[in-house]
Order: sequence, then C-alpha cells, then structure tokens
Amino acid sequence: MSLLAELTGSIGSLGYGLAAIGPGIGIGIIFGQGVQAIARQPEAYGIIRQNMLLGFALAEALALIGFVVPFVFGP
Amino acid sequence: MSVIRASGGLDCHLMSGCGFPAPGAEIFQFDALLSFHVGPVAFEVSKVTVLLALTCVLIIGFFTYAFRRPKLVPRGAQNVGEMGYLFIRDGIAREAMGKEGDRFVPFLFTFFFMIWMLNFMGIVPGAQIPVTSIFAIPVAFALIVYLTWVPLGVYRQGFIPFFKNMMFPPGVPKAMYVLLAPIEFISNIIVRPFTHSVRLFANMFAGHLLIASFSVATFYLISASVIGILGSVASFAVTVALTGFEVLIQALQAYIFTLLAAVYISGALHAEH
Repeated sequence: MSLLAELTGSIGSLGYGLAAIGPGIGIGIIFGQGVQAIARQPEAYGIIRQNMLLGFALAEALALIGFVVPFVFGP
Repeated sequence: MSVIRASGGLDCHLMSGCGFPAPGAEIFQFDALLSFHVGPVAFEVSKVTVLLALTCVLIIGFFTYAFRRPKLVPRGAQNVGEMGYLFIRDGIAREAMGKEGDRFVPFLFTFFFMIWMLNFMGIVPGAQIPVTSIFAIPVAFALIVYLTWVPLGVYRQGFIPFFKNMMFPPGVPKAMYVLLAPIEFISNIIVRPFTHSVRLFANMFAGHLLIASFSVATFYLISASVIGILGSVASFAVTVALTGFEVLIQALQAYIFTLLAAVYISGALHAEH
C-alpha cells in the first residue's frame, strides 16, 4: 500500500491536540450550564459549584491523560 | 541557575546558531544529594525529598502552633487554622457525606493542606518544583484514598452488596447490565485511582513545564536584535502571568483531589440510589 500522507516530527503534540477537543467541549458545557444554574438559583451556589468542579475534574482528566501519554510512551 | 542549565548554557541565544532548547521531562529529575542502603533497598535523597520533609514540618509546626492553647475567641494563627478546618468540614465533608462526614474531616484536612503546600512549592523561589509533579507522590496519595474507601465500603455494606451496588445500579433495563456491569467495575476499581492520581500529577507537571518553557524563552531570546528583546520581555510578562495562574490552579487541584476523596468515601458509606 502506498502512503497517501505522512507526518513527521512530534506526533505526541498532534495527539494531545486531538485529545483536547472532547474535554474542551465538555468543560465549556459544564461551566456554561453551571453559571446558568447559579444565575437562576443563586442560593444554591455552594452545591452547584461543588458539582460543577466535580464534573470539570472528570472531563479534564481525559485531556490530561492525552498530555501525559506522549511522555510516558516516549517519542 | 537551573534556568541557565536548562537553556543550554550561558552562550545559547537567539542569534548564536543554537536552536531553542525546549525543556522536557528531564527538568523533573534531580541529582541525589545523599544515597544510602537499608538492607537490599536503595534510598536516594534529592531536592524533592527535602521539600517533602520540609512541607510536613511546616504544616505540623503551623497547626501545632495555631492550636497550642485554643481560646474560645480565636485570634491570629488560631483564626486561620479554624477557617481552614471549617472550610474542609462545611465545604467538603458535610456537602459530600452529610453529618457523618465529621469523622473524616482530619483525613481530608491533612490531604488538602499537604497537597496545597506541596503544589505551592512550585512557585516558592529557591524550591521551584511542585513536589506533586513527581508521579510517585500523587500515586501514593491516591493509593491511600483507594485503600480507605474500598475496605470501608466492604466493611459498611458487606462484600457482595458493595460490588452489587457498584456494578448493578437500579433503574436500568435488565439487558443493559451485560454492558453496564463490566464498565462500572472497570471505571470504579481500576480507572478511578489512576485518574485520581494522574489529574493532580498532570496539572502540576503541565503547569511547571509551561512556566519553565517561558523562563527558558526569556533567557534564550536576549540578543542584539529588536525582535529578541521584545520577545524576551513578552516571555517574561507571560511567565509572571502564568505564575499567578498557577497559584489558582494549585489551590483548585488540592480542592478537587480532596473533594473527590470525599465523594469516593461517601459512595462507600452508602449505596448510591
């Protein structure tokens, strides 16, 4: 099979770019909805903030794994 | 000094024909200051170990000082200590576990302040390495949390019901359990401690690498050209801004780690409904 396209250089950085797409969308949705919820119900700020940060942490983990993997598995 | 070493020596600048010496994972490795053997096990003491011990001493020292003679009306250091305690109790433990969380406040309190101070070492002049960016340390922390909530869940709910509650959440069509049970098991037992440690590690690692890159760029771009000087000044400004941003991230990551520990323990205390 002949090569159609080839990528040289740091493939890990490209992988990280791909890995950041999903979490980026997810974190945007989480904080957008969180701010909206706080605006609708400011008295529930404490519990909304806690759950917002929890969701943020879970979504962010994916991007961070994408960041760490190139270091772990080498160039 | 380490900036100069990381940037490839004193003579490595923009126009001197040496490429940008981008810092990599090697800036997280330190020479052993001291190495000794206890039986077959080799121990090495490096800068990171010293900072870890120093953080322990600082935290124990501060809170011993703050609560040495507790008064009914707190003042000074006791006030700060009580604010920290109330933040953990009301903000994390009771929010996640209810009244039962009071028993876990010392556990969470230790984690929060330990991790915060270890992260904070990343911007202390002279220290300048977030101790949690050495992977072994967040792994040890996550392991302590893991070895707390799994036996706790088995003890409180019983061995079979603990795994049944985890793998077979109610209110799902029966056929879905074929798919759901293994996913739930893997995500709770295997992936959870992994992400718990990687989240803290990777945040600190990435933040430190970012600051290091711009510090090296500041040094590298100093040269006899307008672009070089402007770039150097801009890199320095970015370094300062990123340091401020890191302060925020350090506190946030300590909070998230503690919050997740509280949520895991709360899930072990009661079956999720």
